[in-house]
Amino acid sequence: MPVIGFIEAIRQAIGEEMERDPSVFIMGEDVKLGAFAATRGLFEKFGAARVRNTPISEAGIAGAGIGAAMAGMRPIVEIEFASFFYCCFDQVCNQAAKLRYMSGGQARLPLTFRCVYGAMGSAAAQHSEVIYPQFLAAPGLKIVVPSGAAEAKGLLKAAIRDDNPVLVFEHGRLGFTQGEVPDGEYIIPLGRGAVKRAGTDLTIIAIGAMVPKALTVAEEMAKDGVSVEVWDPQTLVPLDEEGMLASVAKTGRVVIADEGHLRGGAAGDLAAIIIDKGFDYLNAPIKRVTALDVPIPFSPPLENYVLPDEAKIKAAVQEILP
Amino acid sequence: MQATTLAKEQLFSMYRMMVTIRRFEEALRNLFFQGQIPGFVHLSIGEEAVPTGVCAALTDKDYITTTHRGHGHMLAKGGKPKLMMAEMFGRRTGYCKGKGGSMHIVSYDLGILGANGIVGGGIPIAVGAALASSFRGNDAVAVAFFGDGASNEGTFHESANLAGLWKLPVIFVCQNNGYAEFTPTSESTAVKDIAIRAQGYNMPGVIVDGNDVLAVYEVVKTAVARAKRGEGPTLIEAKTYRWEGHVVGEQAFVGEYRPAAEIEAAKQRCAIVLFAKKLLATGFIEQAELDRIAAEVQRKIDEAIAFAQSSPFPEPQEALDDVFAP
Repeated sequence: MPVIGFIEAIRQAIGEEMERDPSVFIMGEDVKLGAFAATRGLFEKFGAARVRNTPISEAGIAGAGIGAAMAGMRPIVEIEFASFFYCCFDQVCNQAAKLRYMSGGQARLPLTFRCVYGAMGSAAAQHSEVIYPQFLAAPGLKIVVPSGAAEAKGLLKAAIRDDNPVLVFEHGRLGFTQGEVPDGEYIIPLGRGAVKRAGTDLTIIAIGAMVPKALTVAEEMAKDGVSVEVWDPQTLVPLDEEGMLASVAKTGRVVIADEGHLRGGAAGDLAAIIIDKGFDYLNAPIKRVTALDVPIPFSPPLENYVLPDEAKIKAAVQEILP
Repeated sequence: MQATTLAKEQLFSMYRMMVTIRRFEEALRNLFFQGQIPGFVHLSIGEEAVPTGVCAALTDKDYITTTHRGHGHMLAKGGKPKLMMAEMFGRRTGYCKGKGGSMHIVSYDLGILGANGIVGGGIPIAVGAALASSFRGNDAVAVAFFGDGASNEGTFHESANLAGLWKLPVIFVCQNNGYAEFTPTSESTAVKDIAIRAQGYNMPGVIVDGNDVLAVYEVVKTAVARAKRGEGPTLIEAKTYRWEGHVVGEQAFVGEYRPAAEIEAAKQRCAIVLFAKKLLATGFIEQAELDRIAAEVQRKIDEAIAFAQSSPFPEPQEALDDVFAP
């Protein structure tokens, strides 16, 4: 299998889908140049109409994506940094999320939003946010969080082909990673999680960029004879509850690692589902390893203190092992 | 009169539409006070010439987005009174199976991409439909209906900029009824005429008498032709007046905030009466014919109410359907 970069995987997914389906187009701020390089080269290949550079105008382009989707296109809207979603919350949460429902199932919104999320090193609070918990609270949106190059390609292609609004959150730090990506057509269906490492003593449920960190911890713990399973939900909506609970049933112990904040976050949501539906499998309390409940700070020692990392995951694992 | 470009049958049909909107909304008001309509009802009585004149210049394949005050736009774009009324009653037979109600009606088949409960929320969506039209080369135009209040929302300005920049086939119709919720436009808007905002986005800005259905029709027709030639958007400000309050029943909590003389003066310029007078003066039509149209409309509205009243409510668990497309 070829090894490619995370960004290249995204570029391949967009390029292949644009080639396959003339109704797919991408628009966003500086997609011509490619602010994060994910769209680089697509403008030259597909032209200004289908790689549509926009003004800085999040609400306008999010809404235009919605209207274009309703009128028969399949837009990909790039929102650059995740925090910029706040500028178009109405369009995403009030319009895209609700139009199908409010229209009694008439509206079809084959629409993909992409953004870069997470802390990528002293970008401070307005460029470091994990914003998907806000969207978990808005029924009607699918939420995808790839953890590596293969997931980025497979999930993004599935998102583009889905007939619903899908938000794809690409972690900035993962942009520097590479991974094996299967050749040719490669799709990961939305709503299916994956065991990234099999184990029997404890499950780390890791979201997005926490997956490679969880794998590192699992490798380290293996040296001490502890068998850690790493489970990646891949999509938070729809959630593969069955897959998640199967892993919990197998190990009986759970650490949930997410870069989002503790309060009102994705980790809490998953923990609640496990308690509701898998309480009898649990042999220990569920531990959540997340960012602390402050905006992400600028100065490196402060940022490191606030963010979850391998050491914090390992400590949580050790705390609930027998 | 300006009616030269319209055939007699089109004029009749415009008259019928204005009366339909008036009677539909009067019925809604009465039904609301009888406790038969759940939720909020926002009426556009007095503003009938705007939706009628605009939609007369559109075809079935054109798109509109409308507002929380959208019954008139829906009807004028071809919405069936029965299916709309059933939706108002929260019945399963309504346009949205009882999930949208008065403020959120969609009819895909008619190109109605949504009434919208958020002021300014539908404007960029119309721009997107126009963008799709430019991709698909299907010659469709999109109309964004909005109020004077929405012209102060960021979405209006972002949408106008995108449309002006990309020369999209979209028409921004600002239905200026003098009030944004309970606040007069003069207290909420820095400019006197919203149409001049078009200058900032490289498009024509046109002011039209929103109580003159034929004048509205003509300016929209010009804007449609411009859009189809690929010359881009137009902003039309139709000046009219809202006879009723912002929301039915508001007197109970806000009282009356508008001068009685102002309301009375507006009623003296009733769009339906003005149009009837014109039609009678040209000899196109006789009073008996207008009365016949009014009676026929009333019958249709009564049928719509009976249909809604006799329609079933959805089963409670239907609340879980339609979140996602399969």
